[in-house]
Amino acid sequence: MDMSYTDEQDLFRRSVRGFVADRVTPERLAEIADGDEGWDPALWKEAMSLGLTAITVAEEHGGAGLGFVEEAIAAEELGRGVFPGPWLGSVILAQPALEADPALLRAVAGGDRIATLVGLTPYAVDAMAADLFVVATERGLVVAEPDDVEVSPLPTIDGTRRLAEVALKGPPAATLADPEGQKAVLDRTRTRALAALAAEALGVTSGALEMATTYAKERDQFGKKIGQFQAVSHQIADTFMDAELARSLALWAAGAIEAGEAAAGLAAAAAKAYAAEAAVRATERAIQVHGGIGFTWEHPLHRFYKRALWIRAFLGAPSDLFREVSAALLT
Amino acid sequence: VDVRDSPDEARFRQGLRDWLAESLPEGWGTPEWKWPADRVGFLKDWTRRTHDAGYSGLAWPREYGGRGAPLLHQAIVFEEFARAEAPEHVGLIGIGMAGPTIIAAGTERQKARYLKPILTGEEIWCQGFSEPGSGSDLASLQTRAVPEGDGFRVTGQKVWSSFAHFADRCILLARTDPQAPKHQGITYFLLDMHARGVEARPLRQITGDAEFNEIFLDEVHVGPEDVVGEVNGGWQVAITTLMFERGSSAFFLIGRLDVWFRRLLDLARTTPSDGGVAADDPRIRERIARSYADIQALRFTNYRALSTLMKRGVPGPEGSIAKLHYSEATQRLTHLALEILGPEAALGPGDEHDWRWQQLRSRGNTIEGGTSEILKNIVAERVLGLPRSR
Repeated sequence: MDMSYTDEQDLFRRSVRGFVADRVTPERLAEIADGDEGWDPALWKEAMSLGLTAITVAEEHGGAGLGFVEEAIAAEELGRGVFPGPWLGSVILAQPALEADPALLRAVAGGDRIATLVGLTPYAVDAMAADLFVVATERGLVVAEPDDVEVSPLPTIDGTRRLAEVALKGPPAATLADPEGQKAVLDRTRTRALAALAAEALGVTSGALEMATTYAKERDQFGKKIGQFQAVSHQIADTFMDAELARSLALWAAGAIEAGEAAAGLAAAAAKAYAAEAAVRATERAIQVHGGIGFTWEHPLHRFYKRALWIRAFLGAPSDLFREVSAALLT
Repeated sequence: VDVRDSPDEARFRQGLRDWLAESLPEGWGTPEWKWPADRVGFLKDWTRRTHDAGYSGLAWPREYGGRGAPLLHQAIVFEEFARAEAPEHVGLIGIGMAGPTIIAAGTERQKARYLKPILTGEEIWCQGFSEPGSGSDLASLQTRAVPEGDGFRVTGQKVWSSFAHFADRCILLARTDPQAPKHQGITYFLLDMHARGVEARPLRQITGDAEFNEIFLDEVHVGPEDVVGEVNGGWQVAITTLMFERGSSAFFLIGRLDVWFRRLLDLARTTPSDGGVAADDPRIRERIARSYADIQALRFTNYRALSTLMKRGVPGPEGSIAKLHYSEATQRLTHLALEILGPEAALGPGDEHDWRWQQLRSRGNTIEGGTSEILKNIVAERVLGLPRSR
């Protein structure tokens, strides 16, 4: 048992964190989130050069061949800055299915194409950015080109992670998996996505914790720093506790996936439910600590809050996920 | 990151499981089990056997009766004892607080004299920190130790001392310089509970049982060899003890939670509800899973803290929240049990094996060993660097 990160993992974390802090400034984030597209191809290209789309892809397919723990580190650091870009769709959701087609996997890992998965959730994510669609159908898992699908964008609470309804226009050309294979791929994808979202939610929590802590050290009222008032500082301490506990569950889930443990699905569901709730609480407390300024459109906090709400809603609400966990405990 | 046992850890765990399977006391854990009249004697005997088999003081130095093993082996011992619901070590204060403090800050003589009897269960320790007027503000304590010859005479009153009525020794804080600022006039003593002038009186608590005691000290002699650290330098030593109390006990506490969680699953599966059992109710199911997540979060937080400690030699910030979370998780768990019990929850409270007793007892968890409010101050000020509130 070793729950510590290696020096290489620490280094990798620092490089992703540095990239996000440098490129996703509050101004840039606002511009992208409030823009027409909700993502920025130039920023996405830069993320590509960091290798963020090829972490767990095997080396023979042009990837780095790393484990899921590295994937989770990337997820956390992207969440910490509410990174806007089709990472969830193209990396986490589409890549497991594309392992059946190495050429397409290589194209997605290398950034030549942007993919997403349709059919795992009621609404598809990153569909407006995608030029390659993996679609779950009654006949199995199929690959569709942009001309084969109709994408109907939906107004989405997190402007950097827009949802859409995607429908196949006609019978698609290529099949990736039969219905049985599709089920296995979707199960595996769902577990990985839950664990990745848990890590991302942890990043959002850490970002909110940092903002609240910084503000409580700076803001004066009644002639004191507001962080001196326990009504304020204890809320921030609660967020610290939430973040540490969410990290433990998220790391358990990532480690279980990497080790191929049977408990991976259970761990991922528990971690996502817990971390998503923690992120919502953390961002709500941060808004409260900031007072009026935290309630404005101008302040970046609402971007974090909306990402937290988005994560909580995607792939199962906490109460649903917890009931899923209980089924495994009570059989 | 590797969430699995290493081959060495797996071997150690299996050996321990085998030993527990053949060594648990006859009848232990069955409904017919009855505690012998001399409960302390029984636990002392069990502790001695545990020690002889090599399963106490795993991470303590070999020269003082420990095993010099990796910290993870100690964690595995706590896990497996809990898994088998084996009897606990007779001297929890000695194992969790007095021993680690003596290892960290004691003299060679103190280590040689006190450590081994803690491991074997021969000597039981209690803690004399809190006073009627000094709870969260521990440094305001008033028990006085007046120099006499090369030793001291200690007079005062302590409270919330578990096991004091049968303890042999006490880790005690007393004021040696009333003129100095409050943190700088305290000395840390190892007091003989059998000395003249020591009286322990059981204190009846919310459960109706008397787990805690008041200790009255009337001119009790303590020799210079039983001072830990410097005279007037006891506060720093006390902080060490409190770190151990909140930190190293984490694996022990999760073991207890594991046991109660298994009982909760049994309770939910067997308690009739709406023509079925409580475990059929989606609301109960959700709360059971929430408790499970609470426990897993604590378990892996403990592992993370341990991994940081083993890798970097100093504890990371993750350990500071273990006690805070444990206490709240236990309270949520016991409330859920009462919810499942329905009208039965108003009966009892029974004894320590009873959910109703445990629910009452859990109120102490957020108070003892540092209230949740004090722990949040520590997180806010020492971990996050927020300005001091006082």
